[in-house]
Amino acid sequence: MNKIHHRRLYLIGIFLLGLALSASLIFYALRQNMNVFLTPSQLTANIKADYHLRLGGMVKNGSIVRDTQGLGVSFILTDFKQDVPVRYVGVLPDLFREGKGAIVEGSINSQRIFIASQVLAKHDENYMPKNVYDALRKNAK
Amino acid sequence: MISLFGDISLFLALCFASLQSFPTLIGYWRNNRYLQAFARPSAWGQFICVLSAYCLLTAAFATNDFSIAYVANNSHPSLPLMYRLTAVWGAHEGSILLWVLVLNVWTIVAAKTRDSLTLAIFGLISLCFLCFLIFTSDPFLAATTLQTGRDLNPLLQDPGFVIHPPMLYIGYVGFAAAFAITLAALIRGELDRTWATLTKRFAIAAWCFLTLGITLGSWWAYRILGWGGFWFWDPVENASLLPWIAGTALIHVLILAEKRNLATGWAALLALICFALSLLGTFLVRSGVLVSAHTFAADPARGVFLLLLLAILVTASLIIYVMRLPTLSQAKKNIAWASRDMALLINSALLFIAMLTILLGTLYPLLLDALHLGVISVGPPYFNLVMAPLVLFLMVWMGFGPLFQFDQPAVKTLLPLVLKNILLSVCIAIAVLWSTTNQLDWLAVLSLTLSCWIILSVMKSLRFFPSMSLAHIGFAMVIIGIMLSSVLSQEQEARVHPGSITTVGPYQFLFVDTVSANGPNYRGIRAIFDVTKNHRPITQLYPEKRIYTVRDMVMTKVDIHPSIFRDLYIALGEPLNQNDWSVRIYYKPFIRWIWFGGLIMMLGGMFALFNRKVKHA
Repeated sequence: MNKIHHRRLYLIGIFLLGLALSASLIFYALRQNMNVFLTPSQLTANIKADYHLRLGGMVKNGSIVRDTQGLGVSFILTDFKQDVPVRYVGVLPDLFREGKGAIVEGSINSQRIFIASQVLAKHDENYMPKNVYDALRKNAK
Repeated sequence: MISLFGDISLFLALCFASLQSFPTLIGYWRNNRYLQAFARPSAWGQFICVLSAYCLLTAAFATNDFSIAYVANNSHPSLPLMYRLTAVWGAHEGSILLWVLVLNVWTIVAAKTRDSLTLAIFGLISLCFLCFLIFTSDPFLAATTLQTGRDLNPLLQDPGFVIHPPMLYIGYVGFAAAFAITLAALIRGELDRTWATLTKRFAIAAWCFLTLGITLGSWWAYRILGWGGFWFWDPVENASLLPWIAGTALIHVLILAEKRNLATGWAALLALICFALSLLGTFLVRSGVLVSAHTFAADPARGVFLLLLLAILVTASLIIYVMRLPTLSQAKKNIAWASRDMALLINSALLFIAMLTILLGTLYPLLLDALHLGVISVGPPYFNLVMAPLVLFLMVWMGFGPLFQFDQPAVKTLLPLVLKNILLSVCIAIAVLWSTTNQLDWLAVLSLTLSCWIILSVMKSLRFFPSMSLAHIGFAMVIIGIMLSSVLSQEQEARVHPGSITTVGPYQFLFVDTVSANGPNYRGIRAIFDVTKNHRPITQLYPEKRIYTVRDMVMTKVDIHPSIFRDLYIALGEPLNQNDWSVRIYYKPFIRWIWFGGLIMMLGGMFALFNRKVKHA
C-alpha cells in the first residue's frame, strides 16, 4: 500500500465515521421526536398523562363549544367507538369543521381531557387520517 | 374532439419515444450509424407530439371543455383565465403531462451534444413515463357524468403557484440530462474532462431552476398557508430538497473532476443518485403513499408502476456503474488536507450525509407503516435537530473552501487572514444580535458568525469568481434569514373586536372594521387593520377570509407588509360572536432574506452558465 491508498482509506474512514455519528444523532433525535399517532379507541388507560402524542379522529357533530372570552375551544374527537374530549386555546385551522377529520397534537391530562398544543386539518376537505378511516370501515360493517 | 387529438398525440409520442430508444441502442450495439441516426429526428418528433398534447389540454381548459373529466375536476367557468391555464398542472394527470413535456424540452437541449446514446436513454425514460401517462393517468379521459366544473383548489389560485411547479419540474427533471449524459459516458467508457464539463453545465442549469422552484414554493407556502412558516419538512417539500442537496454535491464534485481529474467515480455516482432522487420524489408525491398536506393522487396502481420504474432504473444504472468502475482513469495525486480539493470532497460528503438524514426521516414513517410496525410521524423537531449540526459544520468548510488553493496548502500564510475573518465575524454577529434583541442566544451567535465568515471568505473572489461568490453569499443570506427570523420573530394570537389594539413587537395593530369583498369565484370578508409604530402610521393591512363557492372551501388570504428588515403579517382566524374575530399577527424580522438569498444563489448559478472561460487552477 502506498501513500495514495493510505489517504483514500483515511478519507473513507472519516466519511464512515461521520456517517456513524450522524446515524447516532439521527436515532437519538428520532427517539425524542417521533410522535406516536393514535385513534381515540387506542387512547387507553395505559397512556400516561403528559405523554406527547398525536390523536386523529373525526370532530363529533355538535361538539364544538367556544369560550365567550379568549380563544379557547372544546370539542370531541371520535372514531365512532370511543370519544375523547379535547381542549385547545388558539386559532383553529380553516378546514376544521364538525364532521370532518382532524389531528391534534398534545397530551392527555389527569382528568382524561386531551390538551392540544396543535390542531391540524389537512388541506383537503375530504381528509381523514388513515387509521381512523380503517377503524370507521370496520365499524360500518 | 380535443380528447381524440390529445390521445392521438400521446400515442404518436409513444411511437417516437420507442424509435428514439430501441433502434439507437441496437445501432450502438451493432455499431450501425444509420440506426443511431434515428435518435435526433425521433426526439424532435416526440417533442412536437407532447407539446401539441399539452397545448390541446391547455386549450380545453381555456375553452372550458368539460367533456374531459380532468378539466371538469379542476376548473370552473368562473375561474379567472390565468388560473384556468395553470390548472393544467393542478392535479395528477396534468402534472405528469407537464413532467413528460419538460423531459422532452431537456431532450431537445441535450440533442445539441449530438450524442445518440444520451438521446436513447432519454427516450427510455420518456417511454416509461408516456406509458404511465397513457395507461394509468390519461388526462384526456372523457367525463362520465355531466359536470359544471369542480374549480381549482383555492390554495393553488395564487400568482406564486403559477410559476412554482414548472420551475420545480424544469429543475428536477433537468437532472435527467446529467443522468443520461453520465450513463452514456459510462457505457462508452469515456468518463473524462469533456464529460465533466458537459455534465456540470447541465447540472448547474437544472440546479438553478430547482433553487428557484424551491424558493418560490417556500414563499408561496408563507403567503398562502397562513401560519407564517416557510418550511414545514413536509414529505413533498423534502422530495424537492433531496435532489437539490444531491445536485449541489454533484456540482462541487464535478468541479473537482473537471479541473483536477479527481473523484470522477464519485461524481458519476452522484449524477446517477441525483436523478434517482428526482424519481423517488416523483414517486412519493404522485403515488398517494404519503399522508401529508399535499397528496393529490390516491390510486395504488400508479404507485406500483412508479416504484417499479424507479427500481428498474436505479438497479440498471448501478449495474452499469459498477461494471465500468474499474475502467475509470483518474489522476494519481495526493490530496493535501488544507487544500480546496479536500474542502470540496468534505463538502460533498457532508451534503450527502445531510441528504441521507432527510431521506431517512421522510421514508421512516412510510416503512414502518408498510411493515405494519405502527403509525408514527416524523416532524420538524427531528429535521431541525439533525440538520442543524450538519449545516453548521458545512458552513465552517464553506468558509475555508474559497480561501484554500487547489494545490499548495499554504496554511501558514493563510493563518492571519483566517483569524482576522473569524474575529470579524464574531464581532459582527454579536453586534447585530445585541443591537436588535439584547439577548445572545448561542445558536444565533454561532450561525450568524458562520454566515459572516462565509461572506467574508468570498469577498476577495467576488470579481473573478462571481458565480461561486454569489452562490455562497446567497446561502449565507438564507441562513441569516432563517436564524434571525426564528430568534427575533414575535407572534400573537388574539381575539379582537373593532377598536381593539394588539401590540406585537414594536408595532400596534388597530382593528378597524370588516367589509365584504367578493371575487369571481368566491365570497369574502375583508378586515381593515391600521398599523402604527410609536403613533406613527405605517400602513393598512387587509386580510381576508374567503369561501370558494364551488368547492365550498374556506381559505384565509393573509396580508403582509414586506420590507427588507421585517415583515408584518396578519391572518384572520374565524368570526366569534357578533363582532369578534380571532387573528394571528406576526412580526418577522429578516424573513425576506431567505428568499433573496435563494434568488442570489440562483444568480450565482446563472453566472456559472454564462461564463464561457474555464479557469484551470
